[in-house]
Amino acid sequence: MRAVVNVFLKDGVLDPQGKASHHALDSLGFEGVADVRIGKQIIIKLETNDRDEAQKEVEQMCETLLANTVIEDYTIEID
Amino acid sequence: MNVAILRFLGTNCEFDTQYAFEKLGHKTQIIWHEEHSIGEDIDLVVIPGGFSYGDYLRSGSIARFSPIMKSVKVYAENGGKVLGICNGFQILTEAGMLDGALKRNNNLHFISKYQHLSVVNNDNAFLNKCEKGEVLNIPIAHADGNFYIDDDGFKELEENNQILLRYSDKSGNPVVVNGSVTSIAGICNKEKNIFGLMPHPERALESILGSIDGIKMLQGFEA
Repeated sequence: MRAVVNVFLKDGVLDPQGKASHHALDSLGFEGVADVRIGKQIIIKLETNDRDEAQKEVEQMCETLLANTVIEDYTIEID
Repeated sequence: MNVAILRFLGTNCEFDTQYAFEKLGHKTQIIWHEEHSIGEDIDLVVIPGGFSYGDYLRSGSIARFSPIMKSVKVYAENGGKVLGICNGFQILTEAGMLDGALKRNNNLHFISKYQHLSVVNNDNAFLNKCEKGEVLNIPIAHADGNFYIDDDGFKELEENNQILLRYSDKSGNPVVVNGSVTSIAGICNKEKNIFGLMPHPERALESILGSIDGIKMLQGFEA
């Protein structure tokens, strides 16, 4: 199975990269940008074919290493 | 004092730190991250600055899983003193040994300069030779020094005198340097035996280099 993990700074934690990119988009004339958040995507190939097992395993990876839950949230998609 | 200085792949301040403590008359040893123990004769463990594991994923996030960090945790749980400087501070927050987290600087720049700091609390083993409110001049050099902690966590730091230093101007008024919550530059744990700060006291020992304010900081551990 393949897991796609997205890690983003939590709402309420200022995202300086997102903010800088937002300013850049504004100054390039892209109107109507309400917010920009920048995060990272981590793609993990797993040997298991069991979706629940994969979900559990990746959740543990996120809690242990892939995200710092003091400042970051994560989402997991398994396909 | 016997000082153990940790070295990970990508650490680059271990020899500065060694030079500093030896200049102050202490014995030092550099410990490789694959080691499994901290000697019983060690009085202080220092996690020095650098770019452990290339700052991949997040600064300090991979170093915290090195074998030696397990021993450092046990050492600290038994009351041993630990000082994390710059990347060392990042490793300690990632390891959950200090509260909060260090984010990218709010201006996205690597900031490298002398910076005034005001001493917030000195009732601890680190800053006991400094006066409360005293202004120190110490180099900073970091990209991820933007200290974040939520409101409840901040209140706890404040109530327990865990805030050590704030970025300030010459007169001691807090200034925004990297976006840190209330300009925090360094904190300690509740038990006051684990210390972390972004500035580099080991780089401020010679007046010819601009400041000797690092001496009394590092000498604090002698008491």
